[in-house]
Amino acid sequence: MNDHIDGNMLAGALWQVFRPDITAAQARCAGCGMVGPVAGLTVYADAPGTVARCVRCEQVNLQLVQSPTDLWLSTTGLSFLRFRIPGQ
Amino acid sequence: MSGLTPGFRGHRRIESDRVPPGQYLTEDFPVLSAGPTPSIGTDDWTFTVVAETGERHVWDWRQFAALPQETPTADIHCVTRWSKLDTTWKGVSIDTLLAEVDTTADFAVVHTFDGYTTNMPFADITDGQAWVVTEYEGEPLAAEHGGPARFLLPHLYFWKSAKWVSAITLHDEDNPGFWERAGYHDYGDPWLEQRYQSGW
Repeated sequence: MNDHIDGNMLAGALWQVFRPDITAAQARCAGCGMVGPVAGLTVYADAPGTVARCVRCEQVNLQLVQSPTDLWLSTTGLSFLRFRIPGQ
Repeated sequence: MSGLTPGFRGHRRIESDRVPPGQYLTEDFPVLSAGPTPSIGTDDWTFTVVAETGERHVWDWRQFAALPQETPTADIHCVTRWSKLDTTWKGVSIDTLLAEVDTTADFAVVHTFDGYTTNMPFADITDGQAWVVTEYEGEPLAAEHGGPARFLLPHLYFWKSAKWVSAITLHDEDNPGFWERAGYHDYGDPWLEQRYQSGW
């Protein structure tokens, strides 16, 4: 028996959180556990992409790479992003 | 105009043949950083090669300085679109560093003191194509440019020429690095404009 369904079911839950400004979300550093708003991360923009690091341990939390047609967002340095559901 | 001699025009034409598509020439040496510049003293510096078997070779600063030194001149091409011609360096060829290493690896990963990584096929770092350099334009390499030592792999985009280099590890399989995992091309040939991952 199939015990999983496909990623289309994520749309219902995630449309609520990927419309608001992500900089207001709370981010938890996967390295040291520091929790704070994305807007509080230390950002290095003079690089091939944009790199956001933890203010406490300097671990890379987010990477953003933009080509003329695509945007890559890497969140491997975070254990979570926490969003307030709009209207709640 | 009389000031433009045929020889001068010829020189410009040859220069433009050396600039890959989508790049512009700069006389500056722009500094790109994905994090704070680490301060690494030569007393604390080591360079390590780890083969796919786990065999390790380590050099400290004095041992490294005693290795045969080369002075490559290279055109460098940053994925952010600047290119710089005829840059001069001093350092040790990767061929020298691999001379005593027993390997049949197909891939390499370059590591740095600040946790950056970048990957390339093993065949791209041998046969006089790559160095660990400690001088730029006759001066010790400045920390902002990767000093005390950076990797130099000029035939691929310059993000592969990692600053503050600490180690090369050799592998049987490809292990994408810091930018290669995050959207940049796995190989990065400037003449083919391999800037980003393609496909969907």
